[in-house]
Amino acid sequence: MAAPMLRLGFPGRRWALTWLDGGSRHRSGSQTGPTSNWARRQSSVAQPSLHTAQKPRKGEHKWAAVVGLEIHAQISSNSKLFSGAQVCFAAPPNSLVSYFDASLPGTLPVLNRRCVEAAVMTGLALNCHINKKSLFDRKHYFYSDLPAGYQITQQRLPIAANGHLTYCIYLGKKPSQVTTKTVRIKQIQLEQDSGKSLHDDLRSQTLIDLNRAGIGLLEVVLEPDLCCGEEAALAVRELQLILQALGTSQANMAEGQLRVDANISVHHPGEPLGVRTEVKNLNSLRFLAKAIDYEIQRQITELENGGEILNETRSFDYKLGCTMPMRDKEGKQDYRFMPEPNLPPLVLYDDTSLPRGADSQQVINIDQLRDMLPELPSATRERLVQQYGMLPEHSFALLNEVGLLEFFQNVIKETRTEPKKVTNWVLNTFLCYLKQQNLAVSESPVTPSALAELLNLLDRKAISSSAAKQVFEELWKGEGKTAAQIVSEQQLELMQDQEALEKLCQTTIDGHPQVVMDVKKRNPKAINKLIGLVRKASHSRADPALIKKILERKLSL
Amino acid sequence: MWSRAASVRFRAPLDAGRSFASKANPQGKVQAAGLGTQAPRLVPQGSGRVSPAVIEHLERLALVNFGSREAVDRLEKAIAFADQLHAVDTDGVEPLESVLEDRCLYLRSDNVAEGSCAEELLQNSNHVVEEYFVAPPGNISLPDMVNKIPSSTAE
Repeated sequence: MAAPMLRLGFPGRRWALTWLDGGSRHRSGSQTGPTSNWARRQSSVAQPSLHTAQKPRKGEHKWAAVVGLEIHAQISSNSKLFSGAQVCFAAPPNSLVSYFDASLPGTLPVLNRRCVEAAVMTGLALNCHINKKSLFDRKHYFYSDLPAGYQITQQRLPIAANGHLTYCIYLGKKPSQVTTKTVRIKQIQLEQDSGKSLHDDLRSQTLIDLNRAGIGLLEVVLEPDLCCGEEAALAVRELQLILQALGTSQANMAEGQLRVDANISVHHPGEPLGVRTEVKNLNSLRFLAKAIDYEIQRQITELENGGEILNETRSFDYKLGCTMPMRDKEGKQDYRFMPEPNLPPLVLYDDTSLPRGADSQQVINIDQLRDMLPELPSATRERLVQQYGMLPEHSFALLNEVGLLEFFQNVIKETRTEPKKVTNWVLNTFLCYLKQQNLAVSESPVTPSALAELLNLLDRKAISSSAAKQVFEELWKGEGKTAAQIVSEQQLELMQDQEALEKLCQTTIDGHPQVVMDVKKRNPKAINKLIGLVRKASHSRADPALIKKILERKLSL
Repeated sequence: MWSRAASVRFRAPLDAGRSFASKANPQGKVQAAGLGTQAPRLVPQGSGRVSPAVIEHLERLALVNFGSREAVDRLEKAIAFADQLHAVDTDGVEPLESVLEDRCLYLRSDNVAEGSCAEELLQNSNHVVEEYFVAPPGNISLPDMVNKIPSSTAE
């Protein structure tokens, strides 16, 4: 099948790299289809082979890598976490800033209800325990994009804790080779985003735009259950899909709505954890995986050469494909956490504890929010497999592209073709065309109705499948013609006249006695040749399966 | 100054000094080991004296200048004053984190009600470039302050 399961630019195969030692690197298969050649590019780049030591010595210990992620997701809301300024991606600098966001004296934080609901829903979707009472703290540090000199966060008692995130890994091509893995979630907390700094090195100054300052963030802290770049990328991808399904965050990494920091260390199994480094500046899933794998390798190499790992923060340079120490960080930061004195504890309720006669605007009912949770990606995939009998990898592919599932369901609505065929067309043909021209589903020149019409023609055997491909190519040009119009214009209709077809077969049989003899001698290739001749004679307008039946009958096979 | 002294005191009984002072992270064990060597313990060890290393650390954290012996003296006196709290038996008593703990946290509905006052806000700034605030580049390292403290404080 041309379309791989996950369109991260990963191959549909997986590198089984839980144990990292000299020879166990396992990579199978090759790329197919018009997907990115990330894996091939990877192997041709001159860098140390992943997860192996550069100078393997005899009796070498195995290394295990430990990766913990801190994910910041910008909450999708109209206004900010503690002020009524608007949340919007692109706007004139400092135009979406309230007095509180600029930290003018005398201003106080006022909590946004929508942000709390978003946090609770995310916590519920990630199987967390929701803390009925949570507290806000101040985290102090000096930086020009943090006007107050502190960030309001929830370090001591966050809104949700102790959950887990499940994601799937494909170890090979077969659907049976799917494994589910789980990463534990330590906590989810509400916190403020900082402003944006634009560094002007030429004039030795930094320009500050506070539009982003104060926007609500959900910080999701994962326990260090991950062991390599690919696992991290898959886990983050699943989290992205969940957040998008919930509507709590648009989670677009390129627009900075989802930011991931990775904490990486290596150690010998059975021994204590090694010193960790933090890697920042990862703004795509690909770079996330790349940076983590590079850092793991760097640490292994360093330790094997007798060096030591510094507890530092590093930045990922995507052009060089490596991590570099960040200049700004001077030693360990002491954040001097203290309770936020201006905010009382945040109290949440459920059906049993809801105070009677309470203003519904002022109370948040966890049970009510739980009932309102939409279908999560894992449940959607399950349903697709049950309802349409598709393979799990197909359900992954359908969910992996924005708008593709909706497209698929719209096609299904308008055609009686069996779902498996629709799945095939949508994932193999439609998606391929989209990818070749780097288009989103919303930009597709072919509408679900158009594809449904084409599939109906195919289903009725009005055209052959090769003709259908031709028609699709024509539809893709987006010239406004319907499938039926294209079929009649290019005369692609299958011959419906059985008699005429029989006559044609007879003529062909009569005209090629040698081939007929070969067929009667049971030469397997000969029948195909005969079919080909008939097809040619019919200008490709006859259904090969039907031709075969007629020929076989005529030749009494 | 009183609140600073109080917050130093506040942290002491809750932990061995580190659960607040480090960012929440999944590999706590290593964190503690690393932190001990870099951030000096902020709670003075009974004698009421504050070491130059602690002064320097506080100066970096809070960007405050303890320029003179008098200033350090004042700090030490404030700590001694707050130490009187030791006299109170707090066994089994929940710490009061906020005097607002019985209040209801008001929830605002998610409407846009503020903003669009760039001009007003920018008036506060000394240096402005095209509607951006201007700040010096990145974080500038503070010069080594230890030598500037009068030698009588050196221990």
